[in-house]
Amino acid sequence: MTPLLEARGVMRVLPGPVPVTLVRDIHFSVQPGEFIAITGPSGSGKSSLLYLLGLLDVPTSGSIYLEGRETSKLGRNELAELRLKKLGFVFQFHFLLPEFSVLENVMLPMRKLGARSDSLMRARAAEILDELGLTPEARKTPDQLSGGQRQRVAIARALANDPLIILADEPTGNLDTKNGRIVFDIFKRLAEQNRQTVITVTHDPHLSEHTQRQIHLVDGSIAGTEHPALV
Amino acid sequence: MWLPLEIALTHLRNRKRQTLVSVLGVAMGVGFFIAMAALMQGFHVYFVSKVIDVWPHVVIKDEYRSAPLQPAQRLFSDGVVMLRGLKPRDELRGIKDAATEIAALNRRSDLTAAPTLRAQVFLRYGSKDVSATLVGIEPEQERRVSHLENDLIAGNLNALHTAANGIILGDGVAKKAGAVMNDTLSVTSPAGVILKMKVVGIFRTGITPIDNLESYALLKKVQILQDRPNVINQIRIRLSDVNQAHSIAKSIEARLGYRTESWEETYENILSIFVIQNGIMYSTVSAILIVAAFGIFNIISTVVHEKTRDIGILKSIGFEERDIRHIFLIEGLLVGLVGTLLGWALGYGLTRMLGAIRIHNEGFITAEGFILHYTIIHYLIAGGFAILSATFAAWLPARKAARLNPVDIIRGAA
Ligand SMILES: Nc1ncnc2c1ncn2[C@@H]1O[C@H](COP(=O)(O)OP(=O)(O)O)[C@@H](O)[C@H]1O
Ligand SMILES: [Mg+2]
Repeated sequence: MTPLLEARGVMRVLPGPVPVTLVRDIHFSVQPGEFIAITGPSGSGKSSLLYLLGLLDVPTSGSIYLEGRETSKLGRNELAELRLKKLGFVFQFHFLLPEFSVLENVMLPMRKLGARSDSLMRARAAEILDELGLTPEARKTPDQLSGGQRQRVAIARALANDPLIILADEPTGNLDTKNGRIVFDIFKRLAEQNRQTVITVTHDPHLSEHTQRQIHLVDGSIAGTEHPALV
Repeated sequence: MWLPLEIALTHLRNRKRQTLVSVLGVAMGVGFFIAMAALMQGFHVYFVSKVIDVWPHVVIKDEYRSAPLQPAQRLFSDGVVMLRGLKPRDELRGIKDAATEIAALNRRSDLTAAPTLRAQVFLRYGSKDVSATLVGIEPEQERRVSHLENDLIAGNLNALHTAANGIILGDGVAKKAGAVMNDTLSVTSPAGVILKMKVVGIFRTGITPIDNLESYALLKKVQILQDRPNVINQIRIRLSDVNQAHSIAKSIEARLGYRTESWEETYENILSIFVIQNGIMYSTVSAILIVAAFGIFNIISTVVHEKTRDIGILKSIGFEERDIRHIFLIEGLLVGLVGTLLGWALGYGLTRMLGAIRIHNEGFITAEGFILHYTIIHYLIAGGFAILSATFAAWLPARKAARLNPVDIIRGAA
């Protein structure tokens, strides 16, 4: 069975007078429904790896395969289309559009995709918000929400187009323990119930314990995999 | 609503004051352009229509554009011969075989021709001496080549026949001499002949140089004054299609050799002032619009800077460069569009206001108030130019925004 996402010999070097190697020798594959944590000390290349896996950045050498398709030769617009249809991002800071309501923020990726009618998009966005317990907040603007609520809205938006993979970069970094737990429970449910793959960067050991597999980075390369791939 | 438009609107709403200033800048450029264009083209169009109404479209003169070539030069045309100290021959002035030429011209269907003798004269009335150009005409023929008759504010053309020695003065000439209808002036020619002439008509064309200099009498009388019986020195021609003036003048000159001027050539100096005037107008208005464009550039650059985070998130979601570019181009376009609409209203109001002002003004044209030319074309030019410059001003920051790398933005914010 072809893996959902696969990295083969991925290296990313920032060019410049003193080239900086962000990650190197990255080999691993991900199956549908997996819940994976990327861990490692600060500066070890966790975010860099996540951007590469999320097709926001392009490897200097090596390849990333999404559903068996090599992505390094794709143009910027094709990568944008893949991100829109198959991937969802959650960052440490919430990154919501401040002028748009919670519901409108969740609808943004749907509207870009344009696959559904306006009323269907609205209904689907309301459904996602409901699943995340945000129905009372739907009409509010981001500045009227608490930190934990905003991060859940960001997750809701990442889920808008039913992505295959959700990529999160320290999504609990700015949250208290309770809200951090809530976010992780959501991820777990997505992976177990929806068979959506979740890859999250975290350096909170309490949270990474709950994942199926942890990829540990040191100085830009994989130092160990806690639970070997299931296949 | 289209998403880029919706986002663009939120950005402009966030910066209401700056947006308003940019919109007003565009509106002022557009409004002033419309008012100035109406004013300037008003005078231009009026002048041209007046000139082609009162002045013959083509005039054949009894002179040559360049001195005739010497036989030696004709023989060695490539310049081995150089002649110095040449004294031009005194030519007998006047158009040769004028009657035959006029008859030949009048057989053409696209024009009518009439003979005239122009002469410089002194008009003496009381203690005043006024120099004027006296044009000798045949009233029956003159009627067919100019509209002198329509511009008479007193008297009529036939009175030239009925009075013993009739003269029709330009409004300005009459004023300078202090003469009115039925006054008798003494007219002195360079040939030394003096005639007593009675004012039987006064005309006002509205074109100052004509009204201040020209006067008319019967051709025969002017020939007597000049002591040149049966001589004429200009053939006046009116065309059925005034746009052909230049080419017909050229072809007549090529055939007859005489200097033949179209009305455009005769009034070249004044027409070139209109060209300069247009140049000044366009540069003034461009300056206003350039300032407005800087305003637009400034506001959109600020928004791009302020909204870098949003651009990063939109790109990470899967928005393409094109979508981001659209957002900011739309902002420029909106400012340009709203500014244009306001500017149209402003321009309309300004031209109405100018049109209502009553002042006596005497330039090339004498008029009470401003002569305005209303045309939708001015609105379209101003609007097109405004929207184009607004979009161009938005283009640079929009392109910059579209090229931002989302990874850099997200890293920078983290
Ligand atoms: N634009 C950049 N220029 C120079 N160094 C960079 C740049 N981006 C990242 N780095 C460096 O690359 C390394 C990996 O960064 P990152 O992937 O953010 O690590 P992590 O997310 O694990 O903290 C760090 O040492 C960081 O300082
Ligand atoms: Mg990081």
